[in-house]
Amino acid sequence: MTVARLGVRWGARLRRAAAAALVAVAAGCATTNGDPRDPIEGFNRAMFGFNEAFDEAIGKPVATAYRDVIPDPVRTWVRNFFGNIADLFIGVNSLLQGKPLDAATDWARFAFNTTLGLLGINDVASEMGFEKHDEDFGQTFGRWGAPDGAYIVWPFLGSSTVRDTVGLVFDIGLDPVWRHKPQDARRFMLGLRALGRRADLLDASRILEEAALDKYVFQRDAYLQRRRSLIHDGNPPRAERRAPRAGEAVPELPRAASVLEEPAAAPRELNSTGSARGT
Amino acid sequence: MRLAACAASLVAAAAFALGATGRAQDIVPPDVLVKNVTLEVVDIIKSDKDIQAGDRRKVIGLIETKVLPHFNFEAMTASAVGRHWTKATPEQRARLIEEFRTLLVRTYASSIAAYRDQKFDFRPLRAKPTDTDVTVTVRILQPGAEPIQLEYDMEKRPGGWKVWDVRIAGISLVANYRTEFDNQVRNGGIDGLIKTLQAKNRSLDRGAATAERKL
Repeated sequence: MTVARLGVRWGARLRRAAAAALVAVAAGCATTNGDPRDPIEGFNRAMFGFNEAFDEAIGKPVATAYRDVIPDPVRTWVRNFFGNIADLFIGVNSLLQGKPLDAATDWARFAFNTTLGLLGINDVASEMGFEKHDEDFGQTFGRWGAPDGAYIVWPFLGSSTVRDTVGLVFDIGLDPVWRHKPQDARRFMLGLRALGRRADLLDASRILEEAALDKYVFQRDAYLQRRRSLIHDGNPPRAERRAPRAGEAVPELPRAASVLEEPAAAPRELNSTGSARGT
Repeated sequence: MRLAACAASLVAAAAFALGATGRAQDIVPPDVLVKNVTLEVVDIIKSDKDIQAGDRRKVIGLIETKVLPHFNFEAMTASAVGRHWTKATPEQRARLIEEFRTLLVRTYASSIAAYRDQKFDFRPLRAKPTDTDVTVTVRILQPGAEPIQLEYDMEKRPGGWKVWDVRIAGISLVANYRTEFDNQVRNGGIDGLIKTLQAKNRSLDRGAATAERKL
C-alpha cells in the first residue's frame, strides 16, 4: 500500500471520527442523570464521545497494529523503559505519603533496573523481589485528605477529577519524558509511551465494552472506585458489607463514591429516591 | 395420625440436622476453595486446545460447571439492583438474576480469553474461624507492572462458601453496576432494566457468533 493511499484512508477515518464526535457531542449535551459526583455530566459525555471517536478511528487501530507487529519482548522493553523512568517520581510520592520504605523500594528498583536492567528495559528488580508500586500526585493529595471534587473527562487524557487534574499538572510538569530535549525525541517518546499504554489496555477496553450497559457511567464509576482503592493502596476503609439475605430488605450499600465522604460505619437505612440524589 | 406426622417430621428434622453437621465438616474453607477453583480452571485453559483457539462456547461451559456453583447470584443481583429490589415481583427478580448471570458469564469468558500465563499469589485469609463473611484476596503478578488485586467477598451458606461480589483492582462489580441499574430503573422501571439486559446479552451473543465465523 502506498503512502498516498494510506493518507486517503486516514483522511477518511479522521472525517468519520470528526462526524462521530459531533454527533456524540450533541447527544452528550442532552443526557444527564443528576449524579452529585458528576455535576458537569453533559460536558463530560461530550468529551467522552469525542475520546471514543478518536480512539475508534486512531487509538485502537494503531495500538492493535503495534501489538500485532512488534514482538512481545520488544513491547515489554518499551513498557519497562517508561515504567523505570516513572519509578523515580513514584518514589517521591511514596515519600510524600509517609511511606519511606516504599520510597526506598521504588528508588532501589530505579537503581537496579537502570544499571543491571540496561536503562530499564529489563525489570530485574521485580525478579529480585522489589515490587512495583502505583503512585502519583493525585493519590498523594488524596492521601493528604483532598476530596475527589467533580468528575471531569478531558480530551485525549480521559477520566479525571478536580483533585486528579491538579495532580496531573504536577505529574506532567515533573515528568522526565515531558522535559526531555530535543523536541523531536520528546515527541517520539511521548507517542511511543501512549501507544504502549493503549496497547496494554486493548483487552481491558474490549471487556469494558461488553460488560457495560452505559459505557460512560460504567467507566466513570470504575475510575472513581479505582482511584479510591489506589489512594488507600488497595485497602480503602469500607462500611461493613455482607451479602443480602433472602427475604430481607436489601440494605442500601453505599454507592461507589458516596463511600468516600462516609465514615466507616455508614447508616444502612433505605434511601428514598429523593435523598439519594440532589435535585 | 397426628402422632405419626409429628414423628415423621421429627425424624426429618433430625436427619436434616445430622446431614447439616455432617456437611459442615466437609465445607471447604473459602481461601482453599478460591485457590482450588482458580488453579483448576487455569489448568484446563492451558491444556485445552479448543479454548486456546478461541472456542467461546467451551469457555462458557467451563465457567458454568466449575465456577458458577460457587457464586450466589441472587445476593449479587439484589445488591446491584439495590433499593429497587424490594419493589420487584418474584418473577421480575428471577428474570433479573437470570439476565445478570448471563451478562457476567459472557464478560467473565472474555477475561479468561485475555489470560496470558500470569502467576497467582494467593494471600493468607485474615478471618476468625467463626466468621461467616470474609474477603479472599488473590493477586495476579505480571512483570513490569504492579500486581492486579482480585478480592472475592464470600458468605458462608449451608451448601458452602459463596461469592457475592468480586473486586478487580479495587473496582467492585456489584457497586459498578448499581449506578447503571439505578439509571435504567428510573428511566424504564424494573421491566426496562430487564429489557436492556436482555438486549445486551443478545448483542453479545451475536458479536461472539460473528467473531467465531471470522476465525
